Amino acid sequence: MTLPALFFYLFAGLCVASGFMVIAVKNPVHAVLFLILAFFNAAGLFVLLGAEFLAMILIVVYVGAILVLFLFVVMMLDVDFAELKAGFLKFLPVGATIGILFLVELLFVLGAWVTAPAIAPQAPTAQGVSNTAALGRILYTNYVYLFEPAGLILLVAMVGAIVLTLRHREGVKRQSVAAQIARTRQTGMEVVKIESGRGLS
Amino acid sequence: MLQSLQLAVMAPELTLAIGAMVLLMLGVATRKEHGELLLWLGVLILVAAGVLVATGHGTTPLFGGSFIVDPFARAMKLLTLTGAAVALLMSYDYWREQGRIKFEFPVLVLLATTGMLMMISAHDLIALYVGLELQSLALYVVAAFDRDSARSSEAGLKYFVLGALSSGMLLYGASLVYGFTGATEFGHIAAIVHDSGATLGLIFGLVFLMAGFAFKISAVPFHMWTPDVYEGAPTPVTAFFAAAPKLAAMALTVRTLFAAFPAIAPEWQQIVTFLAIASMALGAFAAIGQKNIKRLMAYSSISHMGYALVGLAAGSAEGVQGVIIYLAIYLAMTLGTFACILAMRRSGRMVEDIDQLAGLSRTSPLMAFMLAMLLFSLAGIPPLAGFFAKFYVFLAAIHAGLYGLAVTGVLLSVVGAYYYLRIVKLMYFDAPAERFEPMPGTLAAVLGVTGAFTLLFFVAPAPLVTIADTAARSLF
Repeated sequence: MTLPALFFYLFAGLCVASGFMVIAVKNPVHAVLFLILAFFNAAGLFVLLGAEFLAMILIVVYVGAILVLFLFVVMMLDVDFAELKAGFLKFLPVGATIGILFLVELLFVLGAWVTAPAIAPQAPTAQGVSNTAALGRILYTNYVYLFEPAGLILLVAMVGAIVLTLRHREGVKRQSVAAQIARTRQTGMEVVKIESGRGLS
Repeated sequence: MLQSLQLAVMAPELTLAIGAMVLLMLGVATRKEHGELLLWLGVLILVAAGVLVATGHGTTPLFGGSFIVDPFARAMKLLTLTGAAVALLMSYDYWREQGRIKFEFPVLVLLATTGMLMMISAHDLIALYVGLELQSLALYVVAAFDRDSARSSEAGLKYFVLGALSSGMLLYGASLVYGFTGATEFGHIAAIVHDSGATLGLIFGLVFLMAGFAFKISAVPFHMWTPDVYEGAPTPVTAFFAAAPKLAAMALTVRTLFAAFPAIAPEWQQIVTFLAIASMALGAFAAIGQKNIKRLMAYSSISHMGYALVGLAAGSAEGVQGVIIYLAIYLAMTLGTFACILAMRRSGRMVEDIDQLAGLSRTSPLMAFMLAMLLFSLAGIPPLAGFFAKFYVFLAAIHAGLYGLAVTGVLLSVVGAYYYLRIVKLMYFDAPAERFEPMPGTLAAVLGVTGAFTLLFFVAPAPLVTIADTAARSLF
């Protein structure tokens, strides 16, 4: 009983801490790295909840794809964050007012929050079926009609990206492995007999 | 056995999707040398899908009700497939004149059409969105297809950004509807709405859904993208935009409103009435000052969608019948007009100015006559097909007691007639401009068939009216 609780506080604490660091650090690359740490900890929380599929998806999609893209953009764009923060004090009153308004609204919402008694929070009951298998079963049966067209949409995105951006440049030297292997001694070199005392020419 | 029977119901969609992927593979494997052949194959696949649609019968819900095939779906699918096939056919000569035919074009058109068929058959909020997104994404790409032209890229980008915004609104509406009913399948939503009546949250969701739909059919006030995209996109793509996606989006709107929200019809009738009047008015007045014929056709399509919405506003089977007839006739008129626009080619370049049509009656009298008939029909002058289209929707509106809407519509169609007649005057009474290049065979064939349909519709309106009637009744 104590071990899951221990891990929960470990993951949750690290998640909040790295989330704070994302907005606190000066270097944007470090901020992205902290975001990755936050996602790893959130994935750990999902594992504790018994949602291992969500945990894997979080790591594969967010860390593997989106944040790496983010990292590339941050590294390549070379945004001057000092300049972005220049007007910070000037806009502080307006920003703070809006922030406080949102906070008050949030408090009102939380105050009025009532959960129906029938919907007690519960983990998905696993009766010999992991939730990855359960998701797969429902995704490829009941929702196959929605799942397959989603694949078609991705195909359209790929075809579209290639059609609109790929340009075949002429005259680019490319390696042709077949041509290299097909070279014979006759095509590759020439044996020249040179008489002594006379040069090549 | 049961499984195979059920898959047979969605044979048209499967044909299109698999056909598109086969074309893609063929295109990549043949190193893009056979673009022309693949374009013809694309047309063939669309025709095959059309035949498969036409051979179906009865009403079959599939996948827990999220996909439904009924006479309404079949009628709209046939129209959409016709529009897509003819638009693809008409693109042949355009791309050939541009140089190489890129094989990705037929592939994207096929995938977009798959999305449209899914939209027409969608009977579930998620299925609706997936179909819509498949269609829209492919359309964004074909709008920017001429990537070396700044106008085409701008059109694609503008369409993409505004389309994404409208998808967002539609999704927000769908989530509200789901939140307040707890169901995504239209049948369940209808049952729950019937019990609960029009709650505030539900109406909010409905309004956002309608905003998303209005964008896709380019009804005012969500029409801003239409003129720019029509003008910027390559002309055959514009023809495709004007024909197929409009029909699919209108079918989607009709189905969603009648299948999911019949119980709160008075609520959405107000919205539809507003959209109809605003679209008819803006289409009629804004088109007057246009100099570019593609922009003019954009405003024309906005106002025509307004007229079709009049039938929907009636909220009856008769109204839906009117919508289907209207869309069928609109399809023929639009395709014919675009065949003429695609033939406006002089010394190897397309011209798009309306003034270039001056004196067409003397340089190519047959084309001028056909175009004049199509324009008269677009204006709704009897006894051409366009008159009957308007007649059926206004009749439905009057039977539903919407006298104000019908009278406004008739008055605005008089305003709209002005800019169509202006082109006819240019063609017949002004000094002739230079001669156009001879019309390619495919375009001439399209113009001939659509022109004949428009001219001779009054001889035998019965088949279309009967089909539309059966289709409309299946929704009630």
